[in-house]
Amino acid sequence: MAAGIAALLTLTQCFTDKQNEGERLYTQYCANCHMDDGSGLRNLIPPLAGADYLVNHRDELACIIQHGQTGNIVVNGKNYNQGMPAFEHLNKGQITNILNYVQTNFGNSNPRFTIPEVEKQLFDCRHLLEQ
Amino acid sequence: MKRNKITRSLFALLLLCFAGAWQGCSDKSSAAGDLPILGERQVVQREADGRQVTDTVYHTIPDFAFINQDSQVVTSLTVQDKVYVTDFFFTTCPTICPKMKSQMLRVYEAFKDEPQLVLLSHTIDPKHDTVAVLRDYADRLQVSSDKWHFVTGEKDSIYSIAMQYMVTALEDEQEPGGFVHSGAFVLVDQNRHVRGIYDGTDPAQVDKLIQDIPALLPKKNKKKDAN
Ligand code: HEC
Repeated sequence: MAAGIAALLTLTQCFTDKQNEGERLYTQYCANCHMDDGSGLRNLIPPLAGADYLVNHRDELACIIQHGQTGNIVVNGKNYNQGMPAFEHLNKGQITNILNYVQTNFGNSNPRFTIPEVEKQLFDCRHLLEQ
Repeated sequence: MKRNKITRSLFALLLLCFAGAWQGCSDKSSAAGDLPILGERQVVQREADGRQVTDTVYHTIPDFAFINQDSQVVTSLTVQDKVYVTDFFFTTCPTICPKMKSQMLRVYEAFKDEPQLVLLSHTIDPKHDTVAVLRDYADRLQVSSDKWHFVTGEKDSIYSIAMQYMVTALEDEQEPGGFVHSGAFVLVDQNRHVRGIYDGTDPAQVDKLIQDIPALLPKKNKKKDAN
C-alpha cells in the first residue's frame, strides 16, 4: 500500500517535472535573449510572442535550437541579423519540451510538437553537427 | 476601564501616524541625495594658512578616451558636468547582455528628455565589436547616440577602466562567449565619483537606479531661478 502510494507520488512528480521542463529550460537557455515574456529586444532579438516565424518555419525550429541561426531573417515583417548560438547539448526530448512551451505560451496557441517530429527535423539537419 | 482601552489604542494609533510621517520624511531626504560615494577613499593631511587640515579624497574615475558608434571620440569631457550610467557588454554575448540592454532601455526611456544624463556602454570585445558593429547594434536598439554611447577602444584601456568602475571584466575561454563580466550598472556623478552599483539584470534594482538618478541631477526649480 505505502509502496503503491510512493510509486504514484514519484510518478506524478516525474510527470509534473516533465511538464515544467520546457519552462525551466526556456528560462535557463532562452530567456536571457528572448526575454521572460518572449518579447525579444527591439530590432536585435526577434520575438517569440506572436511570431509568424514559428508558424511559417515550423519545420526548421528544432534545428534552429540545436544548431543556432545566423544571417538575416524576417519576423513579423522586421529584419533581424544578430546570430543565435547553438544548443548542441540539448536532446530531442528537451527540445520538444522547449518548443511546446514556446508554442503554447506568450499568447501563442500553435500546434504542439511530438518527439518523433522533432527527431525527424534533427535528422534532416544532422550534417550541421559534423562541421 | 473601557475608556482607558480606547485612549491606549488612540495613543498607539497616534504613534503609528508619527512613525509613518517620520518614514515619509526620511524617504524624502534619501530622494534628495544621500547616495554614498563608493570606492576607496584616502584621508590626506595638508597645511592651509599655517594650520593642519584633513581632506578626504574620494575614488574618482580617471580620464578616458574611447570611440563611439558614430566614430566620435568620447572622453571624460563628453560626460563633464553630467551624470552617467555605465556598463560593460559585448554584442555577441550569449548570456546576460540582452537582458541588461533591455533594462538599460528602461533607464534610457525614463530620462530621454533629461540632457544631463547619458549612458555609456563599453564593449569588452573590441576585436569583434568595431565601430560598424556597434553602429548596427545601436541602430537596432533604436537609440540616439547623443544619449547612449556604445564605445570601443584599446582592450587594455577598457579592462582597466572597468576596474575603476569596480566591475568585473575578463577574457576567459571557458566562459560562454569567451568573457566573464558582471551585469552591473554603475551610476557616476558630475565629479566622476561612483554613487551606486546596481544589478542590471534585476528589474527591481533597475527601478531603484531610476529612482536614485534624480537625486544627482540639478534641481529643476533652481535651474529656473538661475535663468
Ligand atoms: C544569445 C541570444 C539568444 C539566445 C540565448 C537564444 N536565441 Fe533564439 N534567436 C536569437 C537571435 C539573435 C535570433 C535571430 C537569428 C538571425 O538573425 O538569424 C534568434 C532566432 C530564434 C528563432 C527564430 C525567429 C523567431 O523569433 O521565431 C527561434 C524560434 C528562437 N530563436 C528560439 C530560441 C530558443 C527556444 C532558445 C533557447 C533554447 C533561444 N532562441 C536562445 C538570439 C538568441
